Amino acid sequence: MEAKTRSKVLDWLDERLQVQVALSFLAKKVVPLHRHSIWYYFGGMALFLFSVQMVTGILLLMYYAPTAEAAFESVQFIVTEVRFGWLIRSIHSWAANLMVATVFVHMMSVLLLKAYRKPRELTWVTGVLLFFLTLGFGFSGSLLPWDTLAFFATKVGTGLVNTVPVVGHHLLVIQRGGEDVTGATLKRFFGLHVAVLPMLTVAVLLLHLLLILFQGMSVPPSAQGQEDRMKKTPFFPNFLLRDLLAWLGAFGLVVGLAVFLPRELGVKADPFAPAPAGIKPEWYFMFMFQTLKLAPSHILFLEGEMVVFLFFGLCGLGLILVPFLDARSRRGERSPLFTALSILMILYIVTMTLVGYLVKPA
Amino acid sequence: MAPEAALHSQRMSGRRRFLNWMLGGSAVGLMGSVLYPALQFILPPRLSEAGLSSVVAGKVDELLPNTGKIFRFGSRPGLLIRLPSGEYRAFSAVCSHLQCTVQYRGDLSQVWCACHNGRYNLNGEVLSGPPPAPLEAYSVTIREDEIVVSKA
Amino acid sequence: MNRVWPILILLCWAGSALAEKKDTCVDCHQTLNKSHAATVKGMEQDVHARHGLSCADCHGGDPTDEDMMVSMDPGRGYLGVPTVEQIPEFCGRCHADAAYIRRFKPRQRVDQLELYWTSVHGQQHQKGDRKVAQCVSCHGVHGILPGSDPRSPVYPTNVPKTCARCHSDAGLMASYHIPTDQFDKYRTSVHGRALLERGARGAPACHDCHGNHGAVPPGVNSVSNVCGQCHPANRELLAQSPHEKPFEEMGLAGCKTCHRHHDTQHPTDSMLGTAKGSVCISCHKSGSRGYQAAADMRGAIEGLKAKRDAAERLIARAEQAGMEVSQARFDLNEVGHFLTRARTSVHAFSPPKTEEVVKQGEALADVTTRKGEQALVEIQARRRGFAVFLVILLSAGVALFLKIKDVDRREGV
Repeated sequence: MEAKTRSKVLDWLDERLQVQVALSFLAKKVVPLHRHSIWYYFGGMALFLFSVQMVTGILLLMYYAPTAEAAFESVQFIVTEVRFGWLIRSIHSWAANLMVATVFVHMMSVLLLKAYRKPRELTWVTGVLLFFLTLGFGFSGSLLPWDTLAFFATKVGTGLVNTVPVVGHHLLVIQRGGEDVTGATLKRFFGLHVAVLPMLTVAVLLLHLLLILFQGMSVPPSAQGQEDRMKKTPFFPNFLLRDLLAWLGAFGLVVGLAVFLPRELGVKADPFAPAPAGIKPEWYFMFMFQTLKLAPSHILFLEGEMVVFLFFGLCGLGLILVPFLDARSRRGERSPLFTALSILMILYIVTMTLVGYLVKPA
Repeated sequence: MAPEAALHSQRMSGRRRFLNWMLGGSAVGLMGSVLYPALQFILPPRLSEAGLSSVVAGKVDELLPNTGKIFRFGSRPGLLIRLPSGEYRAFSAVCSHLQCTVQYRGDLSQVWCACHNGRYNLNGEVLSGPPPAPLEAYSVTIREDEIVVSKA
Repeated sequence: MNRVWPILILLCWAGSALAEKKDTCVDCHQTLNKSHAATVKGMEQDVHARHGLSCADCHGGDPTDEDMMVSMDPGRGYLGVPTVEQIPEFCGRCHADAAYIRRFKPRQRVDQLELYWTSVHGQQHQKGDRKVAQCVSCHGVHGILPGSDPRSPVYPTNVPKTCARCHSDAGLMASYHIPTDQFDKYRTSVHGRALLERGARGAPACHDCHGNHGAVPPGVNSVSNVCGQCHPANRELLAQSPHEKPFEEMGLAGCKTCHRHHDTQHPTDSMLGTAKGSVCISCHKSGSRGYQAAADMRGAIEGLKAKRDAAERLIARAEQAGMEVSQARFDLNEVGHFLTRARTSVHAFSPPKTEEVVKQGEALADVTTRKGEQALVEIQARRRGFAVFLVILLSAGVALFLKIKDVDRREGV
């Protein structure tokens, strides 16, 4: 009975949308199994967490007020008056952190496994863009509760662009909607967070997923030779079910964190109060923040901050262009230089992040 | 099919059916545990908006003329006064001197602070004593049989 | 049209000539040497000038004549510069004349001179003392500003400095045997800091306690009444307390004995009780009833403070965890008020009275604590809900896991 209804529905759809072509294409999708297959889960995990953010974000939108006067109170309202408001808010906060971490791990695993090599260059580029978009979500979103720590972290964060020559000040003013961080900044960040970034992310994500769909999963260079003989499992339903299990685990983790370690309310931002001691950015920006703190005031004839800024800018560009820079991988050869650089980058980021939190300022 | 294989496949399909039920059941449970909070969230709470801007301070006819009462405005006290004429006035009951709670004195027709003998008139203006600033005035509206006080 | 213009010009000129009352005193003195010109300099701001009065209205003479011999002729009423002895009556000629003052400022008082004669300054002045303060010592002479002007030496925030001009001068005060540390002490006091540093209008300056024109240090038995002007509750309690009579008999001034006077500090709880730093033990020795009462009252207040602090911590925890606690905060404010009332009740020096107030405050603090605990119970309820969710999640996970195994077996890896 069930099968009959199913085939009836499929026929109806097929007559109009040719779904059978798509379905038979999907049914053939396989996932290779090897030593490093575990990393295949992280992309889907990022997608799952993004969906969690979309849903909880839309729910929060029903009560959030994006003005300096009402933002903090509206969050307080959500957390204290709205049923399960505390849960939705803390899930949104925790899933954001987990999503940034997951996207980072996914990107690093792809980098180390050289999955960016031909023909998957565009997948890599869209992926790096998605990473930047995720960081943008984090930066814009963290200001929205309008509490003291968020306010001052944003002040420091947006102030950094000033070091860029020529356009630095213009960039600052555009970011902040004025000279200082005010309600105008909040409105811009809100617009970015709920409209601009979601639209861009969905578009780039679609591209990213379509590319993966057409090109299939990449295997690491070391296993390339055995690719044809390798064990492969069908994506539908085998790997997808495994994905679901992982997502279930992640969901349990996010909810557990929300219940046992809820996001605190904090104190409403007061632009005229002096900055509290120990302002820190969100953890995913800590490594950049720490680098800036350690930079000398001048390197050669240039300002220290500007050099660091330039350095990170070049690194970002380099990251996007990795597939085009790594000639050996392009040829299918081993590329120990890029492996070493990748590991160095990971170590640097992790170390700087830890230093930022553990080392007390002199 | 050989009899053992048939039995085996029957047991398998029985197992499969049980598994599908378990999966379906827990999926429904999971869906429920997601949809229930989401639905509760969407249903508007008691207080419709954030930022306490008005409260119900009392009922009409609760106060006699020329008496006052303290009511709660958020977490601070407010003073609702009914004048001899029947008209209502409302102020923040936080004395501007050292934040004691003021009270209405019908015998003086003034608002009085017991801590240091500060006195305010019925416009909230300081008449005598140490308070440096007037009492914040609120606006009063009568809605059916409720007295609604809101920030001016 | 041509004929109108000359007439208009004539009228304007005449008008302006008529508008300026001819005041030769000012015109002449302005041109003279420094000390003579100085008398005129302040006239622009002088309160008398603003009411249309000028030199001749006080000093007499004829301001319309340019000839000095005529304008400063005693025959024309010129009084000259009054001597120090003459000054009070000189000013009083107008300022004690109700009918005259009424023409300019009906609500202005006219009893200043009368009060001055009752003051220590006035009485010394009548005895012939020329060093003592009279009108111009505090108000200035030419360029007098009204007391409501913040630049005036008698504007409340400036009064202490004005009094200190003489009263902090050791040389001047030596012959009177008056100490000169009052201003320095006052500056460190809670009243002094409130008035001089924060500009708080409610804080007393010298004249609020000593009297204004009738300045006299309050007698021993009047001190508590003086303090009672602003602190009526404490005054009333003291009057009915077991301290009132003994203080009177011992010649001790109420309030001042424990709180000091010029250097009154913000009272702290450590002033009460039997530990070091308390004022009670300066009279009440260990074992006495007073000693026990002090210990009891301090203990009661500490108990209320402890309950309030515990409730405060609980509420803060609940708030950070996302609980709605505005009602609890409201009640907590009231507990603070009970603490204030308890501290005030100490002035009845009767432990049962203090304990009564403390009991009420503690009852409210208990209610608040219960509310805070209820809010935290909510946290437990959330965790229970999570447990239920976890059970569902785990069963879904197990089911999924088994399904994966099954599917792997079926459709082959």
